[in-house]
Amino acid sequence: MPKEKITRGPFEIKDCALAAAATGHKAQNLKELRDSIESVMPGSIAYHFWAGKLRPRFDDPEFNNDFAAWSRHALHDKVLAERLGMIDPTSFDRLEDMKQELLDIIEERLDESEHIPWTSSDQQFHFITSQIVVFSSHRTIIDPKELVSLVPEMTSSSIFYHFIDARTRTFGHLDDFRAWLYGFEEKYRDLCDILSSLDPFFSTLPELRQQLSLIFTDYFGEKR
Amino acid sequence: MTSALDRYSEICGPDVIDQLRQLVAPLKGAKVIHVNSTRKGGGVAEILAKLVPLKRELGIDVSWEVIEGNADFFKCTKGFHNALQGNKVEIPRSLLENYENTNRNNAEGLRDRLEEADIVFIHDPQPAPLLKYCSNRKGKWFWRCHIDASKPYRPVWKYLRSFVAGYDASIFSLAAFAQPLPHIEYLIAPSIDPLSEKNLELDRSEVDSVVSNLGVDLERPVMTQVSRFDIFKDPVGVIQAYRLTKKFIPTLQLILAGGEAADDPEAMTVLDEVRTAANNDPDIHIMLLPPDAHRSINAIQRASDIVLQKSLKEGFGLTVTEAMWKGKPVIGGDTGGIRIQVVNHQTGFLVNTPEGAALRARYLLFHTELLQEMGEKARSFVRENFLLTRHLREYLTIMVSLLHGRGDRIELR
Repeated sequence: MPKEKITRGPFEIKDCALAAAATGHKAQNLKELRDSIESVMPGSIAYHFWAGKLRPRFDDPEFNNDFAAWSRHALHDKVLAERLGMIDPTSFDRLEDMKQELLDIIEERLDESEHIPWTSSDQQFHFITSQIVVFSSHRTIIDPKELVSLVPEMTSSSIFYHFIDARTRTFGHLDDFRAWLYGFEEKYRDLCDILSSLDPFFSTLPELRQQLSLIFTDYFGEKR
Repeated sequence: MTSALDRYSEICGPDVIDQLRQLVAPLKGAKVIHVNSTRKGGGVAEILAKLVPLKRELGIDVSWEVIEGNADFFKCTKGFHNALQGNKVEIPRSLLENYENTNRNNAEGLRDRLEEADIVFIHDPQPAPLLKYCSNRKGKWFWRCHIDASKPYRPVWKYLRSFVAGYDASIFSLAAFAQPLPHIEYLIAPSIDPLSEKNLELDRSEVDSVVSNLGVDLERPVMTQVSRFDIFKDPVGVIQAYRLTKKFIPTLQLILAGGEAADDPEAMTVLDEVRTAANNDPDIHIMLLPPDAHRSINAIQRASDIVLQKSLKEGFGLTVTEAMWKGKPVIGGDTGGIRIQVVNHQTGFLVNTPEGAALRARYLLFHTELLQEMGEKARSFVRENFLLTRHLREYLTIMVSLLHGRGDRIELR
């Protein structure tokens, strides 16, 4: 996918919805997981890193991707879960590179293991993929100060689109807020630094909205 | 007059409804038809009764058709249902011929509308062969499977597969339920309607009145399972769990409430087994409720201290969602869609045996403050994930997805 460039102009608020689909690939042990990762379409790898935020979930996200969570909870392999949990999807320019990193870690673990870690048939890993449907909310802002009133009104899926999905489509894996604010050159660089410290993986979308709202309120409150 | 969408906006928030209005824009004017086999009874009919008017209010030209069949037709499709859930069911050739003839006859009356529709949703195996009899169809056809088909009885699946393989897409409730098919297989979890008679808020006085009229003592603890009298719901296992719990909590009462469904001829056989197992225990209340007893079910769930759904197989388990929406922790069978709703120690407990269910029931009835806390979490979880508005959004999304072709990303203008 072509990466979007930083541009200075109005900030258009968009929203999104995911159409999730089964791929037919599944794994019951670590070797099958490895083989499926190798053969499944790259979009499915992305889904299991990014889309968890939009799925029904209750627990605190202990791991930032489904592969790590499955290794921990189904295979009961804490070592592998910790290693997979540290993969940062924003550090890869291509999904193929991230896929290779996953394969390297799993193969290393297979080399270390005397027995292939296994789980029961009802705890299999099912590979899912998705299509993202993006639509306009028909709201546009021109002045960054408007973020103070805008962000609390954004839907969770709009937060997902602008703060998480953005990292897969912008140069430098930026969220859309920073991508827009950098267009004002040095003026909002300090605000961008604050935003860059907000880790998207360990909060739910409503929590992220609240944290973003606080950041913008504090920042523009102080500047007024 | 307040529209239905306005009423949902009060519960889910206006942003959720705005989102639906934006998502539906490319579908305005599209002709959509849903087809199933019963207008009353069972989760599918309940969902369609709500989804269809909402889609209409959003500007989609949508209708809901119900195919008709005789007793042998429903005997056959009940066999399909059990077989898809893994039961070894041999279906006689004569019943299969009747099944195909019934669909052919129904197609005669529906063909013009189905062939003209832009999008057709065929629900479950009952009307699946309709596609075969609509050779001039112009729209996209979805086969919506509401059943846990993760380990189907293969000969029956092989037979049904020949009817569903030709669809443009299928929809399953969970990835684990999907069977390999030569088209895209979407995933949509079901939902409940917070404004339906079965789920809307009731006054305490109404709850007390309904339940005491059923002979239940309001001063004593109640555990309940609401579901069809179906072997996969394990009502006899629930009675065993009740007896094990009652040894420690002698005042305990059990309600087993099941609705009748026009397409479920086996219910009476299972009901007889349940009555035998209950052995005239005055604290076991077995209720066979008519399909429209939604308000009574609502009251029963609200009056219960604990709700069980001890299924051995479960598609999704909407009764679990309903109970959680009413702030009840659920002790559920560790199977199917119950797993994505019941989170151990958070919204309830997953169990595998009557003994496991009894242990968790004792635990919750002993820790009443925890019971309350888990119930509140359960309600919040349903609000975020399993209300009708989320379900509708996903239906709209897959319709847009299929009409706009493949690719990872669709940008609507």
